[in-house]
Amino acid sequence: MTAPAVQASDLELDPLARRAPTGLWRDTLRNILRQRNAVVGLALLSILLFGAVFADVLTTNNPDQVLIGVEPGVKKSSPPCIHLLGCPAAQPEHVMGTDSNVRDEFNRVLHGARVSLFVGFATVGFAIVLGTLIGAIAGFAGGWADNILMRLMDIILVFPALLLAIAIVTALGSSLINAQLAIAIVAIPVYARIMRASVLSVRESDFILASRALGESSKGILFRRILPNSITPLIVTGTLGIGGAVLDVSALSFLGLGAQFPTAEWGAMIAQESGRLFTAPGLIFFPGFALILTVFGFNLLGDGIRDALDPRLNR
Amino acid sequence: MATFILRRILLTIPVLIGLVVLVFFLSRVLPGSQCYALLGERATVAQCAAFDHAQGFDQPIPAQFGTYLGKLAQGDLGSSIRTSVPVTTLLIQRLPVTVELGFFALLFAILFGLILGVFSATRRNSTLDVVTVAGANVGVSIPIFVLGLLLAFIFAVALKGTPFALPPSGRLSPGITLEPLVAHWGLGDLQGPPRAIIDFLSNINSFNALVTGQWSILVDSIRHLILPAITLGTIPLAIITRITRSSLLDVLGLDYIRTARAKGLSDRGVVRVHALPNAVLPVVTVIGLQVGSLLGGAVLTETVFNLAGVGRAVFEAIAARDYSVVQGFVLVIAIGFLLVNLIVDLSYGFLDPRVRVS
Repeated sequence: MTAPAVQASDLELDPLARRAPTGLWRDTLRNILRQRNAVVGLALLSILLFGAVFADVLTTNNPDQVLIGVEPGVKKSSPPCIHLLGCPAAQPEHVMGTDSNVRDEFNRVLHGARVSLFVGFATVGFAIVLGTLIGAIAGFAGGWADNILMRLMDIILVFPALLLAIAIVTALGSSLINAQLAIAIVAIPVYARIMRASVLSVRESDFILASRALGESSKGILFRRILPNSITPLIVTGTLGIGGAVLDVSALSFLGLGAQFPTAEWGAMIAQESGRLFTAPGLIFFPGFALILTVFGFNLLGDGIRDALDPRLNR
Repeated sequence: MATFILRRILLTIPVLIGLVVLVFFLSRVLPGSQCYALLGERATVAQCAAFDHAQGFDQPIPAQFGTYLGKLAQGDLGSSIRTSVPVTTLLIQRLPVTVELGFFALLFAILFGLILGVFSATRRNSTLDVVTVAGANVGVSIPIFVLGLLLAFIFAVALKGTPFALPPSGRLSPGITLEPLVAHWGLGDLQGPPRAIIDFLSNINSFNALVTGQWSILVDSIRHLILPAITLGTIPLAIITRITRSSLLDVLGLDYIRTARAKGLSDRGVVRVHALPNAVLPVVTVIGLQVGSLLGGAVLTETVFNLAGVGRAVFEAIAARDYSVVQGFVLVIAIGFLLVNLIVDLSYGFLDPRVRVS
């Protein structure tokens, strides 16, 4: 008598075999959501995103609009006035008060969220794209190209980042875009180094050799085989980098090198009102806390993603 | 040990030469005309040509470099194009402000960073640990200028009139002046480098007051330094705390620590004698790296607290395209970093016998 062949129905009894396979992305997302840091970070950023998306719905007017002659009884640098919390109904309602140019501060802080989110993503995105490209070329080509590119990166890293950024903005002229460009340039070496390191680590592995033997082009190997293998450190460093980029660009704006009057950018708003610290501190602290919240959110999210994606760090 | 130190010092020399070359050429690459920055946008071409000739900018770059090196060898860093003040004089005025600020900021960061890191690693998952870790996370997320303004508001506005009030700007209270050390010691006719060094030290207010024994002025200058030092030191503090905690946790998980405990050593003895010396190496590395980023923070701190330090000076010189000032300051700053790195490397040898041998 022969042993009974394994039936398909036998396998279905095994609960493990019956579970539908989960995708890589879903697994990753679930791992990230298991991290407390990431969840708190995501929550903070959701508030910010909500404010940025619905800025025009939550407030009534253009953030740069001067309210003199528009609203009766409005004063400059007035403290917050919320009717529900007992502010006399005769006064116009301003949740965060008005700034020294008689503009609604709440409105400006909300619209500043748009600027900061854009600044964070655009700056880091630009740095990642250029850095990845430079690192990939350096690692893949090797030889003199590698030497020249990486020594160039070393030179950028030698200088204190903010000072180099100041020099770049000075050369290009003060504007928000140039400030972003400067901060991106200063950040490029970090991503170039990560990319180069991961190219070097997988370049000689067997599956690359196999791809080559199958006739895949260098470009194909670089983008389809090597890049997916180095995406994890890029995502982690990038998320952490967004917080830093928001900080640095707002610092440049604070120094007068970034966003120009009357753009509702938090750093520029703080710089403009820094002389009123003693009379209207809210004008500094509302945008200041918004800035802290943003950077804190991105840093927590970055930490959480790192803990989720890097099993060696789990403890 | 002596050969280790000597070899490490010799290795610094080529880097120093590379640095001089780099600083010179980078400041020449900086786009934007110096002439227009100085004479105004409506300067004529002829005016600019005359200006360039007077400053030697019409010479070929290698020739300019030769002149620069020649002067540098004599300790001449040139003069500010804007104000004609020699760069060395500017350095003697400005550098002490930042050195003093940086010293107290690092002191604050290292002292509290180590204490908090050790406490939170040895009491893992306690309330203190959770608060410290969360605090370190917030610490790296606060923009320096927001923190500075926040502290100024708390200590100069909210606490005004209480014993905790602290001054929000400047280096000394109005009406208080410090006599230069050369005058105090009656060395008025001293010249050259010794004079420069004494003037430099003399401009470090707290040092000046300390060596001359003017205690009330010492207290006043330190009171002015507390807020800026905390502002500048908070990011390094957060980073040092984190790295101390994680490094100590790594070490505390090792076998030899269990052995030490099995021998019957107290917890405190295990941490102090066995764990900490091995955990401190990454901390030293991070401290060295933080010194580099202090300068960027110094620009912001000096802006908020109205201090005329190096950060502001470089910022203003870059904005005015004052090449010689930028060059001189960046060179001195870079040499400072090299020295810090040298000290960090030497301290590896001191802390870790394996480094000395290899």
